[in-house]
Amino acid sequence: MEITMLMYLIPSLIMFGCGVYGFITRKNMIAILISLELMLNSVDINFTVFNRYLFPGQMEGMMFTLFAIGIAAAETALAIAIVINVFRAVKKVDIRELTKMKF
Amino acid sequence: MELSYTVAVLIIPIVMFLFLGIVGVKLSKKTAGLLGTCAMGVTTLIAYASALTYFFGTSQGQIVDGVRQQLEVLDITWLQFTENLVIKLGILLDPISAMMLIVITTVSLMVHIYSLGYMDGEKGFQRYYAFLSLFTFSMLGLVVATNIFQMYIFWELVGVSSYLLIGFYYTLPAAVSASKKAFIVTRFADLGFLLGILILSFYTKTFDFVTLTSNPSAAITSAGGATFMGCSVMAWALTLIFMGGAGKSAMFPLHIWLPDAMEGPTPVSALIHAATMVVAGVYLVARLFPVYCLEEGTMTVITVIGCVTALYAAAVACVQSDIKRVLAFSTISQIAFMITSLGVARPELHEGVGYMASMFHLFTHAMFKALLFLCAGAIIHAVHSNEMSKMGGLRKYMPICNIAFLIGCLAISGIWPFAGFFSKDEILVAAYANSPVWGIWLSAVAGMTAFYMFRLYYKIFWWNNPDYGHHTPHEAPMTMTFPLIFLSLVSIVAGFVPFGDLVTWNRGVLHTQIVWAVAGTSTVIAVAAIALATVLYYKENPVPTKMADACRGLWTAAYKRFYMDELYQFITHKIIFACISRPIAWFDRRIIDGTFDLLANVTNSASYAVRKLQGGTIQGYVLVYILGAAILAAVSIICLI
Repeated sequence: MEITMLMYLIPSLIMFGCGVYGFITRKNMIAILISLELMLNSVDINFTVFNRYLFPGQMEGMMFTLFAIGIAAAETALAIAIVINVFRAVKKVDIRELTKMKF
Repeated sequence: MELSYTVAVLIIPIVMFLFLGIVGVKLSKKTAGLLGTCAMGVTTLIAYASALTYFFGTSQGQIVDGVRQQLEVLDITWLQFTENLVIKLGILLDPISAMMLIVITTVSLMVHIYSLGYMDGEKGFQRYYAFLSLFTFSMLGLVVATNIFQMYIFWELVGVSSYLLIGFYYTLPAAVSASKKAFIVTRFADLGFLLGILILSFYTKTFDFVTLTSNPSAAITSAGGATFMGCSVMAWALTLIFMGGAGKSAMFPLHIWLPDAMEGPTPVSALIHAATMVVAGVYLVARLFPVYCLEEGTMTVITVIGCVTALYAAAVACVQSDIKRVLAFSTISQIAFMITSLGVARPELHEGVGYMASMFHLFTHAMFKALLFLCAGAIIHAVHSNEMSKMGGLRKYMPICNIAFLIGCLAISGIWPFAGFFSKDEILVAAYANSPVWGIWLSAVAGMTAFYMFRLYYKIFWWNNPDYGHHTPHEAPMTMTFPLIFLSLVSIVAGFVPFGDLVTWNRGVLHTQIVWAVAGTSTVIAVAAIALATVLYYKENPVPTKMADACRGLWTAAYKRFYMDELYQFITHKIIFACISRPIAWFDRRIIDGTFDLLANVTNSASYAVRKLQGGTIQGYVLVYILGAAILAAVSIICLI
């Protein structure tokens, strides 16, 4: 059986949907961060798949994917640092209870 | 300048006011009082030196061709706005200001000394002396003013110090409302004064008294025949300026504040509301007299107001029962005499005797009225009441006060050789010279004056012998009797001061002689009135009550001051407040404020309604975003298909 582009894109779409759902519904900050990563990774899959099937002779999609992975790593490190500091300050990671700065 | 040391009479009181006002509470009461009195004593000496040098000095340039010169011994440019609009401060010495220096400092010093005894033990003793200094400063500044604007500034300052001193007993509601009333009524009159100043200086291009009065016809013609409502603009200006003077001098119908002002301490009444501040209006008209006497209409207004006030106040004084109120109305009546005297004065009539008479009466009245008020203070001090019904037979207990009060009464009634005889005689001469109507009118009022003063005298010192119980009245302490004795002596001899040589409208010499036709008649009237008062009030008897019952309506009306206060109450509350102020206040509150309140409220409620949109929950934002994107996607797909 030949592996078509759709076989990659459907799991990617499911991953993205899970990411969006998790981002909206989860209350734990770490879980929200994981959901965010899930969305990013699904986009990465799309980049590589489109590059592989639509423009086989070029490398832009691959390059973008590597670039996005790098950015995501840095961003995750930053987000984790914020979460840890917030936890140190208020002893909570539940996003509903982080209302200290709210007027 | 030779007389430039006169400025010390202003500096010492203001420094004393600041000193006593700021650190007074740190001093003991006695120190503060003595300090204030000593400073006032020094001021008095300087003022006397200055005034006597002015009158009798022989230095160069003081008298030219038999006319005393007006000396501007100090002249500072205070504010220079434009070429023409310059406000100066300075000291002008001329016969009337030099005379006023003597009057003010003498009475003020006596009141300072008297208050040491009278106010002994009062709360706020230091504050009282500070205010007295402030008043003395303002009043002296007023009389030496070189220009009308400086006079206006000090005019307001005396108003403020009068307000502060009337309301000295600030815990008594009556004193508080009296001080407010005095301030508001005089302030209302000062509005006219300010308008008058603005109109006058707009046309004449000057504030300066010397410029205005040295060439009065130029001042009158400067308006160039401009008219307003059928009268010339200058007549309006001068009448408005006189309105300010009428307010300060308690002329009818702006007199209502003066009787209430008696709520203040009695020495204050003697100083401010009898001798000095209330004659500021007379002084103002005298200051601008050369200009006034060219404006016939304004002079008639002044005369009529003076005559009406004199009669009205004398009628009210005849029936009052509060001794200070009687004296207050008598003051109003006497000031009206001075105003009338200025109103009837013309340079061509007996060489302008009315002007001299007015200033002369101002001088003598200040002395004997201060004496009467200080006596009243001593009596109130002894009896602890202002009401005549609580007094009687006091001659046995207070002999010095009795004699001093009698001298005051004789002086005000115009009995030779007391001071009032001479000055009142000159006023009557001036009035008869102008028109017999005013002459007869004033003679009648002079008779009433003698009657009500002796009614007061007999009711206090004779009448009956009430039982004073364990609290027997006694003579006042030395600090209080000394001013009484001093002022009594002054009241006896002041009439012999040759005023005709010193204070005249053209600052020259005026040859006066007693016109026996007038003086004799007025003496006969005064003696008759005194005799009537003696018959009625010498001993307790039912005749006065019967007479009051016989004309009950008139008596009640006079007792209620002919309902002037009620009329004011009606006009202000029922007409001005209810018909004008309340609609304006409603408009302001509902329409003006309402519009802006509406704007604010709409913004507020709209923001409140949409505030949930920005709750700060990122997840909520994302949800909305996703749903929105989904809807847009669905719509575009449907459209494409």
